[in-house]
Amino acid sequence: MSWLNIVIQGVTLGGLYALFAAGLSLVFGIMRLVNLAHGDLIVLAAFLILGLVTALGLNPFLAALVAIPIMFGFGWLLQAQLLNRTLGPDILPPLLVTFGLSIVIQNALLEGFSADSRRITVSPLESATLALGPIHIGVMPLLTLLSSVVVIVSLNQLFYRTSLGRAFRATSDDRVTAGLMGIRPDRIFSVATGIAMIVVTIAAFYLGTRANFDPTIGPARLIYAFEAVIIGGLGSLWGTLAGGIIIGVAQAFGAAVNPEWQILAGHVAFLAVLLFKPRGLFPRSAE
Amino acid sequence: MTLLETRALTASYGDFQALFGIDMTLDAGETVAVVGANGAGKTTLMRSIAGVLRNGSDQIRFDNEPIGALPAPEVVERGIAMVPEGRRLFPSLSVEENLLIGKYGRAIEGPWSLNAIYDLFPILRDRRNSPGTALSGGQQQMVAIGRALMSNPRVLLCDEISLGLAPIVIRDIYAAFPRIRASGASVVVVEQDIGQALRVADRIYCLMEGRVTLEGPPSALSREAIHAAYFGASRS
Amino acid sequence: MDTTAPAWRVHTRTTASTVFSGILGLAVAVAVMAPLFVSRGTVQNLFFIFTMLVLAQSWNMLAGFAGLVSVGQQAFVGFGAYVMFAFVILFKLDPLASIALAGLAGVLLAALTSLFLFRLQGAYFAIGSWVIAEVVRLLLAQWKALGGGTGTSLPTGVTRDMWGVSAVGHLFGLRPAQATDVVCYWLALALAMVTIVFVYRLLRSRQGLALAAVRDNQEAARSVGVDARWLKTFVYLAAAFLTSLAGALIYVQKARISPDAAFSVVDWTAYVIFIVVIGGIGTIEGPMIGVLVFFLLQNMLADYGSWYLLVLGLIGIIVMLFAPQGLWGLFASRSDIQFFPVRRILRGGPISMKCKGGPHG
Repeated sequence: MSWLNIVIQGVTLGGLYALFAAGLSLVFGIMRLVNLAHGDLIVLAAFLILGLVTALGLNPFLAALVAIPIMFGFGWLLQAQLLNRTLGPDILPPLLVTFGLSIVIQNALLEGFSADSRRITVSPLESATLALGPIHIGVMPLLTLLSSVVVIVSLNQLFYRTSLGRAFRATSDDRVTAGLMGIRPDRIFSVATGIAMIVVTIAAFYLGTRANFDPTIGPARLIYAFEAVIIGGLGSLWGTLAGGIIIGVAQAFGAAVNPEWQILAGHVAFLAVLLFKPRGLFPRSAE
Repeated sequence: MTLLETRALTASYGDFQALFGIDMTLDAGETVAVVGANGAGKTTLMRSIAGVLRNGSDQIRFDNEPIGALPAPEVVERGIAMVPEGRRLFPSLSVEENLLIGKYGRAIEGPWSLNAIYDLFPILRDRRNSPGTALSGGQQQMVAIGRALMSNPRVLLCDEISLGLAPIVIRDIYAAFPRIRASGASVVVVEQDIGQALRVADRIYCLMEGRVTLEGPPSALSREAIHAAYFGASRS
Repeated sequence: MDTTAPAWRVHTRTTASTVFSGILGLAVAVAVMAPLFVSRGTVQNLFFIFTMLVLAQSWNMLAGFAGLVSVGQQAFVGFGAYVMFAFVILFKLDPLASIALAGLAGVLLAALTSLFLFRLQGAYFAIGSWVIAEVVRLLLAQWKALGGGTGTSLPTGVTRDMWGVSAVGHLFGLRPAQATDVVCYWLALALAMVTIVFVYRLLRSRQGLALAAVRDNQEAARSVGVDARWLKTFVYLAAAFLTSLAGALIYVQKARISPDAAFSVVDWTAYVIFIVVIGGIGTIEGPMIGVLVFFLLQNMLADYGSWYLLVLGLIGIIVMLFAPQGLWGLFASRSDIQFFPVRRILRGGPISMKCKGGPHG
């Protein structure tokens, strides 16, 4: 397999990882919360889409669209009722509560859906490829990459061109003074998590259509997402995309050498960046 | 007519009590100054009124409504805006965005708009896209005041706006006050600079160790009385 | 007028703690004698309890005392176990010696990983520790000599020939397999005691006071000369040492290893976190209570598979939200009792009547 094909595979895989990471990056940027259940929420959304497809016979794309507002509401509630209670000067509560949440989601899914592997089929598109000159790109992987770019552009627009985005940035800077502007931090955080769940649903769609999934694969997605955010640099969404692509390409090359080395190659790339550029490639500001 | 009043207002930081029963009134159209040494309770008083600190519900009344226990966002909605001590601009926002965020909780029509603020402080128009924190201290103070004005407040609380600024800059900032008053806002000014307070206020309160030790219009207060109220100890 | 004010002095001993140390001494004596009069199954249960206690106290030392939340301590459990297996299988060393070497190897691994990990803070430190665990797992799964991805077993008879096993067998008239259990149990008990004594002495030392300062406010601590980085590294290395020893010991008893089992997040991190949270983070007594609660819950619910884990997760969340000091914390805050007194109590000196100062204004 030519190395160009490997790079292309890696880049489109990177788009998927960037989708995993974008929600994580958004939430951390605004409220300094890292949700250890993030990966499991992606898997939850994938099962939701699958459920809508099987129960209502919906086309998967349509099912994903229906799942989006459901997941937004779920994220909003999750933040408002549970995660907002953990925010404060102590770092332990958010970490431990979201870790517990990860365990709960995984095992609830295991009980509800068993440990069997699932797949969301998009029949003719799954194996369709596009020929661009000398190279062939799968249609779904290309869509994944394009979606990740669209998501990141949209999030940046939200952050820098809207009143809500201003409120996000202000709350992230100084919660108390934001209150003096009439911003209710609790509500802002709930909206932020809701938006993160929209991105999670999109990521779940591409995850579920690309490969088999089961209730236990959440933590690995969290790790890829986290690595992408760190490589890219905290506070930069484009950096997150770059980070995802770096991981994806590293994994693609690792797999080409030896399939058993795919995941390890990604981790090694992450550790290498961490060693030489501890604040990431495009850090935004002093953290 | 009394717009804002505190009744036996108390406030504590954990075990440490900062205010021991403050009675203060602000009438519509007035400018009131609160003076006192460091640690006297001036900022605590401002933060209590603004809702950053929660107090007994009836200890603060605005337009005859008890607001003492309300959180800051709800106080802002009702028309009380604060220029916080230390300015506290948002580093991630530009000058113009800092101004715009002032309307987030209370976006009503009124004399103050982005253009009106730029007319009040023309230098800001030139620096509108700079990051808020790249400006000089005096310019940041202008942004902070403008940000508070964007909500077209009925009461403007100014906490130590002259802190750390050169006298000529302080003069420029206070030069904007007549226009602020003319727009209909009633103002409470916290000042360590007694001279400045005497020049700008209709009435003065002096705080010492969490209590009001002196109150009255500038004309009725002698220097000795203010000195004694400010510092407390007798001259011996 | 009295010109010399009485001096302030620092005390740590309390009445409760003195009484408790007496009871503790008795309990230890009983525990040492236990194999003489309890069943083999009970000895195995006690082994499980003491090894989990070591893991819990180590994690508690990291997270509760040093503020380093790791969800990757399974790296050291698995690494310690694999190093032990390597020395036994490849170098034909005695398992007990291998356990000791595993502990040292764990420290070396910790020294290496701290180079990466300590570039991260807070939640990112947590996930980073998980990444490290995954990397170690994936690397060891490549080691064909130790079974690769499917794992391997200790050669038969190796544990029978361990130091002390035949002596114990003769002394108490036990079959080799039972004698092995007893030796492992005593090692677990010894390790648990060493861990507790270590944590206790650490907290009572100047370093322990510094740790508390660093955890509360790192900048303020640094301004009075406390080196946060060195302290945290020391605690991280110590936790790695104890965890690796425990991992190696656990797998001597199990005698069979695989990457997925030895590096299981559920077995070596989720359960441990649950134990510490339920019992009470940041106290020495907490994990001890937590281990007992966990053991009881496990006995009652282990048959229920994912429901069991689900319930544990829910309990953990609820405790963290509504009783973050855990069971021991609830008890101690009402009664002000500390069995392992690590608080420094100020007695003596004059009390000033007038307190001035506070946030200015």
